[in-house]
Amino acid sequence: MKNDFLKKSKIPVFLMVLAVVMNNGCSNSESRSGNNLEELTNDASAEIRNTVQTSEIAVEQPPFTEGIFPCNDCHSEMVPNPVRRELVDMHDDISAIFDHDSENRWCLDCHDMNNRDSLKLASGKLLDFKESYKLCGQCHGEKLRDWKVGVHGKRTGEWNGKKEYLLCVHCHNPHSPRFKPLTPEPPPVRQEDIN
Amino acid sequence: MKKDNSRRSFLKNISLATFSALALSGCDMKAVDEFLQDNFRILTKEEKDVIVKNLEVKYKEKYGKEFHVSDKPAMDGVSFGYALDLSRCVGCRRCVYACVKENNQSRDPQIQWIQVLQMEKEKGIDFAHSTIHYNPETVPEPGHFYVPVQCQQCENPPCVKVCPVKATWKEEDGIVVVDYNWCIGCRYCMAACPYGARHFNWGEPNIPKEELNTEMHYLGNRPRMKGVVEKCTFCIQRTREGKYPACVEICPVGARKFGNLLDPNSEVRYILKNKRVLVLKQELNTQPKFYYFFGV
Repeated sequence: MKNDFLKKSKIPVFLMVLAVVMNNGCSNSESRSGNNLEELTNDASAEIRNTVQTSEIAVEQPPFTEGIFPCNDCHSEMVPNPVRRELVDMHDDISAIFDHDSENRWCLDCHDMNNRDSLKLASGKLLDFKESYKLCGQCHGEKLRDWKVGVHGKRTGEWNGKKEYLLCVHCHNPHSPRFKPLTPEPPPVRQEDIN
Repeated sequence: MKKDNSRRSFLKNISLATFSALALSGCDMKAVDEFLQDNFRILTKEEKDVIVKNLEVKYKEKYGKEFHVSDKPAMDGVSFGYALDLSRCVGCRRCVYACVKENNQSRDPQIQWIQVLQMEKEKGIDFAHSTIHYNPETVPEPGHFYVPVQCQQCENPPCVKVCPVKATWKEEDGIVVVDYNWCIGCRYCMAACPYGARHFNWGEPNIPKEELNTEMHYLGNRPRMKGVVEKCTFCIQRTREGKYPACVEICPVGARKFGNLLDPNSEVRYILKNKRVLVLKQELNTQPKFYYFFGV
């Protein structure tokens, strides 16, 4: 019955042909005018993603400040100082923003004293930077659980196939994790301003 | 013999005259074919393929670029669902503009499929006291929360019910689509939609050529004409290829989740099972497949 309806509605179409012909005169000149085959560059899709395949979960590369990793480039020649203090000579930028339970924690609660290229769990187990979510999950277990199933945080890829995770630290600066305010895109045009 | 002056013969002659005029004028018969094209739903696979090929040629002539127009049908065993985390959304409108770009929405006159409503925390979800025109330096604004609204892809869509020509319908995978060629622009569907999710092309749509997305679907983001209604299609041209919708991929806070409601391991199913979930205007029994939830 549905199909009958659609077939029937074809009848007046013949009549409307005339109207259309009169309206546009069947001219294609307009559509052909701008025919300079412009090169199209779709840079968004050409963007190459750097995926770390070695960790249990496929994640994007950790967002290191440029030139800062590996840490051992500097730290291997330094004698570690385990005394809790405010940093002044180096990493003072981090000290300045540090706001992650700063009353009770400092660098060496997460960074390993002897191997600066590793993070450290509370158990003392060393951890690669691309598995930093395990470190975060020590306190934020509920968030880690949601993140693993793709509900907290963002996954890209395919809804029915391979997915890629963003690490916690892609959105939350680990030294100052509160999500920073954003500048909004422009509001829609008000109806009264549409011509 | 009595001369036949009936309405019937008059109309018959008009159509005959029209066709002969067309044939004589030697103009592009494709335009005629397109005009006489049937409702998309009753076309065969072969007919659809011809139509999308013709569209690719037409768009290339018009815009001077290569286009790919798909007519890919719904996948088996898939019913799309969407979930949006109200506790995360900061109202930055990145989704609005990603959607405009992906789905070739007219820039001027402006059409935006996603509207982000700013609401007061004290009032809760209250459409009467919400605004889409908020424009502070930074978001989120204290004391406010944000509810992005787009097509809710209802299981029981009132827009489909009212369409007098059946130019809009619900696909097998749950996406409510519009055949722009069949739409007569009566806007009944807009009146019927309780979410304001449908938009009308009052003027000829304008999109800068270099910003056109060339990956298209017949029922999705192909260029629309003046006088037709359009709406969110869950990025049908992306999601039927396995990709996430553009709004999901752009969201800087990861508030947007998308997946197959029939897959028990999908993100949306996890959310429905484990989170506090609501739908907008539940009392209208539209049964949206666009769920709002609280991730915290």
